[in-house]
Amino acid sequence: MKKIKIKVNGKVKAVLNNSKLSDLLKNLNIPLKKVAIELNQEIIDKKRTSNIKLKKDDKIEIVHFIGGG
Amino acid sequence: MEEDSLKKDKLIIAKKKFDSRLIVGTGKYKSMSECAKAIKFSGSEIVTVAVRRVNISNKNKPLLMDYIDPKKITYLPNTAGCFNSKDALRTLRLAREIGGWKLVKLEVLGDKTNLFPDMIETLKTTEILANEGFRVMVYCNDDPLMAKRLENSGADAIMPLAAPIGSGLGILNKINIQIIRKQTKLPVIIDAGLGQASDATIAMELGCDGVLVNTAIAKAKKPFEMALAFKNAVVAGRQSYNSGRIAKTLMGSPSSPTEGII
Repeated sequence: MKKIKIKVNGKVKAVLNNSKLSDLLKNLNIPLKKVAIELNQEIIDKKRTSNIKLKKDDKIEIVHFIGGG
Repeated sequence: MEEDSLKKDKLIIAKKKFDSRLIVGTGKYKSMSECAKAIKFSGSEIVTVAVRRVNISNKNKPLLMDYIDPKKITYLPNTAGCFNSKDALRTLRLAREIGGWKLVKLEVLGDKTNLFPDMIETLKTTEILANEGFRVMVYCNDDPLMAKRLENSGADAIMPLAAPIGSGLGILNKINIQIIRKQTKLPVIIDAGLGQASDATIAMELGCDGVLVNTAIAKAKKPFEMALAFKNAVVAGRQSYNSGRIAKTLMGSPSSPTEGII
């Protein structure tokens, strides 16, 4: 199946065409309760990730809390 | 009763009550377990945290939330590393999305070497965040006029610096801190620049409502002991402030009666 290139946290990643955001998050083993997700600079409702189809050149940011002052 | 007033003396931020007046940062520790242990020794109920990218190449990397339970300790997401309003807003909107955090610490820096806040950007961002329903604790300069403007823009706590972040210099401008405290109804939390426990006592004796410490604990040779020292120093300073100190006099006044001297 055809693959498309997207960026996740600044790194290029190839995913299957027509795959969903939820597939990517599952694949990366992301604990949804502990992160926030941005797709092309827009915050995504974590409950709706299975409704979002990934497109070529999508930019995804997955962030969490780390130690800081 | 004096004893009762000690127990009732709570720190109130955005209508939430806290027993501890010491807020600690979670950065610069050798490990997450060391950080978690230091927090325990500090007795803090609020900790600052940063928002950063998840490491997607190492799926098993430990997470802060596995070490510090956000149900027990209030997470205070910060905007460390943001140098403009746009980045700060993006960071805090994401922080809120992680788990409904509305209480946040805003810091918009203006210079990479002295780490002083950019107050123009900070002021603008405070107003936007307050309008979006955030409860904003704001890192700021020790400038009474700016502190007042932050209050008028909807801030929930004023957090003036003691000295540059991580410098350990202690409170450089006590008079300004006292003026800031006197003119505002909001909690005043000394943020950044403390070096040792006695700095925290001084902050509390000036009338501040709390202090925020990171580097002074995390980078001490013995972080756990320093965390405990800061805990005690904050309590001592608060009690001292509440107790009403004696007036300063130029000359001495003997502590023992002068009558009946042999």
